[in-house]
Amino acid sequence: MVSLLSLYLGGGAELLFGSVKEHHVTLPNQSEPWDMKQLLVWIRGNMLKERPELFVQGDTVRPGILVLINDADWELMGELEYELQDKDNVVFISTLHGG
Amino acid sequence: KCVKCKENTTVLIIRAGDAFCRGCFKEYFIHKFRAMLGKNRVIFPGEKVLLAVSGGPASSSMLSQVQEGLSRDAPKKLRFVPGIIYIDEGGASGQSMEERKRAVAQLESVFRATNYHYHIVHLEQVLSLPSSVLEAGSSATGKPPTGSSYKAAVDHLIPTRKNQNQHPDLSVENAQSHLSNLSMQEVQNGVTSPITPEHTQALKRLFASVRTPTAKEDLLHTLRQHLILHTARTQGYTKVMMGDSCSRLAIKLLSNISLGRGASLATDTGFSDPRHGDVVIVRPMRDYSSKEIAYYNRMFDIPSVFIPGLDSKAQDKASIQRLTESFVTKLQTDFPSTVSTIYRTSEKLHTACPPQNTNTQLSAKCLLCVCALDTKLEEFSAYQATLISEQLSQRRGQGHSSGGGQSQGCETGDGGCCSSAKSTVDLKSLLCYSCRLTIKDMTALDALPQYILSEAERRRSQMREEISEFLLDEEEDEAIPRVNGS
Repeated sequence: MVSLLSLYLGGGAELLFGSVKEHHVTLPNQSEPWDMKQLLVWIRGNMLKERPELFVQGDTVRPGILVLINDADWELMGELEYELQDKDNVVFISTLHGG
Repeated sequence: KCVKCKENTTVLIIRAGDAFCRGCFKEYFIHKFRAMLGKNRVIFPGEKVLLAVSGGPASSSMLSQVQEGLSRDAPKKLRFVPGIIYIDEGGASGQSMEERKRAVAQLESVFRATNYHYHIVHLEQVLSLPSSVLEAGSSATGKPPTGSSYKAAVDHLIPTRKNQNQHPDLSVENAQSHLSNLSMQEVQNGVTSPITPEHTQALKRLFASVRTPTAKEDLLHTLRQHLILHTARTQGYTKVMMGDSCSRLAIKLLSNISLGRGASLATDTGFSDPRHGDVVIVRPMRDYSSKEIAYYNRMFDIPSVFIPGLDSKAQDKASIQRLTESFVTKLQTDFPSTVSTIYRTSEKLHTACPPQNTNTQLSAKCLLCVCALDTKLEEFSAYQATLISEQLSQRRGQGHSSGGGQSQGCETGDGGCCSSAKSTVDLKSLLCYSCRLTIKDMTALDALPQYILSEAERRRSQMREEISEFLLDEEEDEAIPRVNGS
């Protein structure tokens, strides 16, 4: 199931992605649906240009980065366990001073 | 599902588990701002208030809340005259002129849309500030404004049958429209003198002479405050609104303790900061967590411009401020009430009312941060303990540079002291404990802006004069003390 996602980065997080705020990505096909955990791994491997520790820490995002899925707090959607649907919109906003 | 209206679907969890729907969240957000201003009655109708906007989410949100509050037609709308100031710090953080111009242009388009008068100030302008900026002005009213005078001022403006003829509303509206006309015509008013590459170089040299990122951030913060204060004074603003959010202030509280600013915690993190006397700094966003602000900005399209600063992409351990931020933020993810607990604690700190006559105490204020000097050497104080251990840990034979700042030894101008050690020592006596630590991290004190150095010189000579009256002449039998020629 091909997932077309739109990603948006704000609050300084875009600095780690070459200062590009909007990204449209197509995730590679796989049998199980993609969840947020796998998405983060994928982003770390394929999109992050530098300093991965400023975006991802361990399994999850660095504390201080707000994640919205379809304009809703990801805490309401199950955080890392949320299964991505086609055409979802994921937003990462850094609330930290240093971006 | 929403805790407030109980019917709509929730979109956001704030605090420790309250889920709000979109509409209720918006109301809650807007209400908090007005409640914060209403609870602390320090902004009087008709006052000129300077909004310090850095482009970041909190200050952009503050700007939009001010617009929201001023635009209502209800009789309880906010009534003050806003202006905006933006400080371009690209010179210190190493941005190119191109990047800086781009950022300024982006922000200018945001400011123009508000129709408020705005000022774009470059950090390089700190090099040409007058030394009067470091003096605490007297407050506009003799004693702190009481609740009843505030209420009277506001009642005056609510249109009633009696007040209709006076139309005090009109004066506020006239002022506002007059100002907006000004901003249309002389939009570049805030950009005073164009900055030259030499200025930028001098600024870079200043920041390069500071060794640690902690001290750099502290110095940057101090210079920023001076610039804002100067703009407020010259343009007639009596209040300054800063966009510090709850999370930011919690981090600031803890890192200030680590920086040695414990004595001024209340003024640094409280709602109102009266240290400058004539201009009061208020922090209306102090009840909003970063999450709420970020979410609101995203949902309701509040424009904000991210400008990389000195500390962007810095490591967690780079400076005290960074470390504290990482500590608090990490703790917050596992214990969502961390920030609010720190906030509640800080609310309990109150600024003591300043003594009746603040003008006489000029020399008792720190040169840089204008807080009360907390370094009187009392017996058994913690400060004395640090001094003693400092002296003990320095090698013997460094007689000149050790010890406190009593300038009497050096005032006869003997060439024995090396000049930088002498000026470090002399400057230290005018600073509070944490500003001393910042200065200690600087390798070249002469890179400091001229206004700081000349104000330091002025205070030193003032101190000398005050002391010299009491100095007895050499001859013991001379009963009348003569003024020592210095």
